[in-house]
Amino acid sequence: MLEIKNLLAGIDNKPILKGINLSVNAGEVHAIMGPNGSGKSTLASVLAGREGFDVTGGEVRYKGNDLLDLAPEERAREGVFMAFQYPVEIPGVNSAYFLRSAVNAIRKHRGEEELDAMNFLKAVKAKMKELGLGEEFLKRPVNAGFSGGEKKRNEILQMAMLNPWLAVLDETDSGLDIDALRIVADGVNRLRGPKNAQVVITHYQRLLDYIVPDFVHVLHDGRIIRSGDKSLALELEEKGYDWLVKEAA
Amino acid sequence: MSNVATTDPATTPVEAFVQLEQNGVELMPLRKAGLARFSETGYPTLRDEDWRFTNVKPLTELPFRPVTSPFDQTPGLEQLGEVTFGCLDADRLVFVDGHFKADLSQIADQSSGVTVSNLAHFEGELGSLSGGDDNPFVALNDAFFTDGAVIQIGDGQHLAKPVHLLFVTMAGEDGEAAHVRNWIVAGANSHGTIIESHLSLGQAATVTNVVTETRVGNGANVEHVKFQDQSAKAFHLASLHSELGRDARYAFHSIALGARLSRNNLRLRLAQPGTECVLNGLYMTRGQQLADHHMIVDHAAPHCDSHEYFNGLLDDQSRGVFHGRILVQPGAQKTNAKQTNKNLLLSDDATANTKPQLEIYADDVKCTHGATVGELDADAVFYLRTRGLDACTARRMLMHGFAGEIVERIRHDAAREELDALVWNRLEAKHQLD
Repeated sequence: MLEIKNLLAGIDNKPILKGINLSVNAGEVHAIMGPNGSGKSTLASVLAGREGFDVTGGEVRYKGNDLLDLAPEERAREGVFMAFQYPVEIPGVNSAYFLRSAVNAIRKHRGEEELDAMNFLKAVKAKMKELGLGEEFLKRPVNAGFSGGEKKRNEILQMAMLNPWLAVLDETDSGLDIDALRIVADGVNRLRGPKNAQVVITHYQRLLDYIVPDFVHVLHDGRIIRSGDKSLALELEEKGYDWLVKEAA
Repeated sequence: MSNVATTDPATTPVEAFVQLEQNGVELMPLRKAGLARFSETGYPTLRDEDWRFTNVKPLTELPFRPVTSPFDQTPGLEQLGEVTFGCLDADRLVFVDGHFKADLSQIADQSSGVTVSNLAHFEGELGSLSGGDDNPFVALNDAFFTDGAVIQIGDGQHLAKPVHLLFVTMAGEDGEAAHVRNWIVAGANSHGTIIESHLSLGQAATVTNVVTETRVGNGANVEHVKFQDQSAKAFHLASLHSELGRDARYAFHSIALGARLSRNNLRLRLAQPGTECVLNGLYMTRGQQLADHHMIVDHAAPHCDSHEYFNGLLDDQSRGVFHGRILVQPGAQKTNAKQTNKNLLLSDDATANTKPQLEIYADDVKCTHGATVGELDADAVFYLRTRGLDACTARRMLMHGFAGEIVERIRHDAAREELDALVWNRLEAKHQLD
């Protein structure tokens, strides 16, 4: 589904990603771990199409097509979803209105009938209940004044409504207490399926107790220096990153 | 100006006033005093601190043509039904070029304690609230006003329906001016919604100069929506003078979308303890438009709250001006005053001038103010795009949201919804032009 080959990227002529190779197939969950500054968030930004990042080499293919050639909204419509580490507060834009517009932009692209207000509400309320979000949530402006936990749950709600093939979760666990973490992880796990894939970017092993990955990759200085199964995450938990970094040096 | 009609001998206020005197109008002392004040000051210039950013010179170069008697031409009821708020379920007073049109107006039976009418022979206390103002346009209005609305809600009475004051200009000659005067009194514990709209049905460089005096009694609750959507050549000058009684609740919304130049002077006096006052404004300008809000909120009593929220969306070479002064008088302890002005520049050539001011003579108060001038948040645009919305829609949604922060404070449901849709359509029209 996702094929990253020798990806080089940076900001302001400063290289950050120095040759990423990663292959993600449908049905798989990949965790990307690494210390601060290793390039995790840059990778997420490049995949989502954020401006300001220069891709200087390599390629990213998604379902066989050049992902980097697509505008952010085209990626979304093709089924790529990015859960932000810091979801943006958008005062004045009503959550229900925003989410219905997004759902319908994607449905339209897929040739599906747009949801009217009624059907949308029915669908969204069911998902909200699963995520422990009260109904007043829909009336509030997008993320404005939300607690950290609410923002992350909102990301998962959007993901559930947009039903992506490939979800990239950038530090979704940061700032969550254990109960919120469980709710968010349950939300993510509900979307697991043989046709979907998830890339979970995280600093801590903790999240991976709840979202159990098929593969774990360790990112350091813009490269994946080690890949393994979920036991690698446990090893990192125990020993930290340093031993791997030394080995890689 | 080259197109001054030769049949129109009056080109200055003094000359025009002579004609007015000959017509034998009422309230001569008020008018004469106004003319005298204006003769002393003349039009404001950029050298006047209160007019630093708003140049009225183009207006002063127009011939001086107050529309002292109504034209024959009037809009049809059907035409009025199509304008913004034209179908709102309300009692409607229609004024064309400053003259009341009974046949276009509709006033349902309000309860006996309520008066809704045109000014006609009302003498009341016109000028009692605006009198201290040195604004030359108030002086001109004193001298030349033709008509306007009177709304008097008796103690404990409610307006059965909102009152819609619809002011349209039909005038076809540059400089033709409607001087409009409104008088609003809400008695103790009364309740009412007033919607005031100013529209152009012609394209000439007309002038609207409106002065509104409002007394909000003890415990009264008044919402006033002022909507200005005049033609791109029009000049719009407005002056509001409101005095609020004990525990009064007053919300004034100013939505300024039209006119080449619009200026809203808002003068609020919180005269008794316990009042809560909201001034809420939205201006959306493009081309060469200028929209100016100039406010003084006078906290003359303790335990009063005032909140000012003004958002501006400025495109092309347009300019938004905000001047907000909060004055806390000695003894006005426990004042809670808050003022925000946010400007969104949609073009490199748009300008925002913002000047929040606090003047505090009491020591136990809470006053905050803030002003921002910026562009659309690129992170927010990106965020919306990652959810499948194209860049244009994302931008429009953010602009709509920015305007919506103001629109959503309007409590009257139908008015709020109509405005919200109007803002969205304007942004869509803009998007199609881009």
